Amino acid sequence: MSSNQRLIEAIQGGLPLVSRPYAAIGERIGMSEAEVITRLSDLRGVIKRLGVVVCHRKLGYRANAMVVWDVPDEEVADVGQQLGQLECVTLCYHRARHLPDWPFNLFCMIHGKERNRVLDKLDSLVEQCHLSHIHHEVLFSRHCFKQRGAIYSQFAAAER
Amino acid sequence: MAPEDLSALQEILLNDFQKDFPLSPTPYADIASRLGVTEAEVLDALRELNEAEIISRIGPVFRPHRIGTSTLVAMAVPKERLEDVANYISGLPEVNHNYEREHRFNLWFVVTATTEVHLQAVLTEIEKKTGIAVMSLPMLESYHIDLGFDLKFNNQ
Repeated sequence: MSSNQRLIEAIQGGLPLVSRPYAAIGERIGMSEAEVITRLSDLRGVIKRLGVVVCHRKLGYRANAMVVWDVPDEEVADVGQQLGQLECVTLCYHRARHLPDWPFNLFCMIHGKERNRVLDKLDSLVEQCHLSHIHHEVLFSRHCFKQRGAIYSQFAAAER
Repeated sequence: MAPEDLSALQEILLNDFQKDFPLSPTPYADIASRLGVTEAEVLDALRELNEAEIISRIGPVFRPHRIGTSTLVAMAVPKERLEDVANYISGLPEVNHNYEREHRFNLWFVVTATTEVHLQAVLTEIEKKTGIAVMSLPMLESYHIDLGFDLKFNNQ
């Protein structure tokens, strides 16, 4: 396993709540505090953001809508970029369709505290981005069984 | 701990430190001095948020597909089996998010692995264990730059 992989494994569960968290992470994997910090700043291409990861549901953001769109392939990049920039959209992905069961190829998430407000946001989004001709469905979450960050723990196995 | 029980310090920590966490030897002390409080106050506030499971961690969020591979999976699970199947899925180390959604495809989860081979093996195993087809919807492109989530504490 490379040093960066060991560092990612050690840090993905979170920084400890101690004065010198990077030193503590380094201690676990035989790396100096300075090296941990340097490597983390060099990993910006891999790490999207570093900080507090909030559980929205615990803060009352329980209306979580996955909106899926069946966009003509030649338009998906344009529509995706438009949606991805909107403040109310927290994720926006182009995904493979799965025909015939699943014709939708663009996914975005809209979070809110109440279902009606999320649907209002969606209405104004449809209007603002001129999407009324594009078939979409809204899938509200009913229950969260599990939410945590991705764990990449198979480096060693993958390299064997 | 309910949202209305959050201290002013906790609200700031939740809203303003979802990205650009200080990469300095003493990040909590640095945050404290920026906010005019003590390091112990910052650590206590975060510990409380951690224990209340309002934060899942202070750590990295990875860009998809840079250090591994992942896919969004949907299953149409008969209602009476949903709880059991969902618990089995949540127990898999490769699964992070796992939600019930209001749709014929009612169980949605993300499977993450370091290799495509491992990912496919997990999907095959899920089908074998549950006898229910999985629909894998891999990401082709992301159009969103994740800057965290504005909790709008001042605008409720």
